[in-house]
Amino acid sequence: MVKVKVVERPPADLVVQSWLPELWKGMKVTGRHFFVNLLTQKGIVTSQYPEVKRVYPPRTRGKHRLMRREDGSVRCVACFMCSTACPADCIRIVAGQRDDENEKFPVVFEVDFIKCVFCGMCEEACPCDAIRLDSGVHRAPAYTRKDELNGKEDLLSLGSLSVARQGGDLK
Amino acid sequence: MTLTFVLLTLAKIVGFILVFCVILAAILTWVERKMSSIIQDRIGPNRAEILGIRAFGLFHPIADMIKSFTKEDFVPAGANRIMFFLAPAFALIPTLVVFAVVPFGPGDLVIANLDSGMLFVFAIMGFGIYGVTLGGWASASNFAMLGALRGAAQMVSYEVSMGLNVVGIFAVFGTVSLTQIVGAQGHLLWGWLPMWGIVVQPLGFVLFLVAAMAENKRAPFDLPEGESEIIGYFVEYSAMGFATFMLSEFIEIVVIACIAATLFFGGWQIPWLDPTGTAGGWITVAQVAFFAFKVLFLCWFQMLIRWTVPRFRYDQVMSLGWKVLLPLSLANILVTAVVLALVA
Repeated sequence: MVKVKVVERPPADLVVQSWLPELWKGMKVTGRHFFVNLLTQKGIVTSQYPEVKRVYPPRTRGKHRLMRREDGSVRCVACFMCSTACPADCIRIVAGQRDDENEKFPVVFEVDFIKCVFCGMCEEACPCDAIRLDSGVHRAPAYTRKDELNGKEDLLSLGSLSVARQGGDLK
Repeated sequence: MTLTFVLLTLAKIVGFILVFCVILAAILTWVERKMSSIIQDRIGPNRAEILGIRAFGLFHPIADMIKSFTKEDFVPAGANRIMFFLAPAFALIPTLVVFAVVPFGPGDLVIANLDSGMLFVFAIMGFGIYGVTLGGWASASNFAMLGALRGAAQMVSYEVSMGLNVVGIFAVFGTVSLTQIVGAQGHLLWGWLPMWGIVVQPLGFVLFLVAAMAENKRAPFDLPEGESEIIGYFVEYSAMGFATFMLSEFIEIVVIACIAATLFFGGWQIPWLDPTGTAGGWITVAQVAFFAFKVLFLCWFQMLIRWTVPRFRYDQVMSLGWKVLLPLSLANILVTAVVLALVA
């Protein structure tokens, strides 16, 4: 059974209808804001954006970054786990064969930031610790849809060395 | 008419109207934005800078001016060009002329000491309607025409009760000359209370302020223009034509503040100090400064009202004007007359 709380409207008595006492009450509120903010700037919530940027909370994700191996090559093995897990279908991978070992690598690794919802499922799905969602870099809007696509180089430039064991070897 | 008289009058016109009132109106455009933002917990305009100096955004009126002068002055097809360009002047000039009879200091410190005083003010302020209706009509736009009709209807309605509110003041002080009204407010009631208009006509002051704000078409009565959503009489205006309409609205704030200060707050009178205004010297300077202070306070007060209350519906504005303000001002006249008859 849903409880419905009926809020009674107070009848508009003569004091309310004469309007001036209510106006006086309202002017006390606006006047208080005016003088408090004029003298102390206490209530002002504006931040001067381009000069002063807000500090993001510590668990902010930000843009994706692609991690590197010890030799500097990309850690990703193009297994498509992240693009399969992605609920927004924003990751596009084209796989290729590595020359030095029997392993794949991403020829193209694109994240479409128009589609991305920054949920972090790609990061969870990744078996190689190759994609992380912890760069803390805010996704800046772009002028064209093409600019919203961040390729492998962009994501690698945000990344760094990962020292996790390749293949997720549990011991 | 001697040369000295002409020069003195010119000096008073330049000093009082052009320097004090117009610059105050320009600053009020800044005050309005800054005050609304402070009331709403924001900072407000602060980006206009000259040589790296921002001065709390005080350069924004200058930026507005440059923008208005350099934008294209668009005239819609089919508009009556002459009337279209004249209408902003019709709106601006009457508001400036009203200052001529406002005594801003004791003695000769008034541009024209007319015996008809307040009647002159009403006559000139009535001209403001021409700016509104001509602006709307000459634009050859149905929306502007509708806005002009609404504006004119509102201004005419509130002019009636504004005139009747002041009749109480005329009756109490026995004159319509603003100079004499200010002089009479130097008297003391029961030997200690300054006989300001607000003391002898408190209801008259409230009604006058409401009617005057409604006549100025400012929030909560900004139905004819409604900056954000309603299409008003200056919808076809751009650049300086629009800026002139806007400036005349802000000058009218100063006009209302000046008239209210003169009628209800004793003009240049400082309580218990030199009521005849003959002392001269620094006391005269203090009296002029005190008048300026009253005007500034009343401008601030009008802005505070504007940013406190939401706006009325149009039918509410009309019924407030005709069904509430008009009977109340008539009752005010009646009570004033009865009290005066009993006292005298």
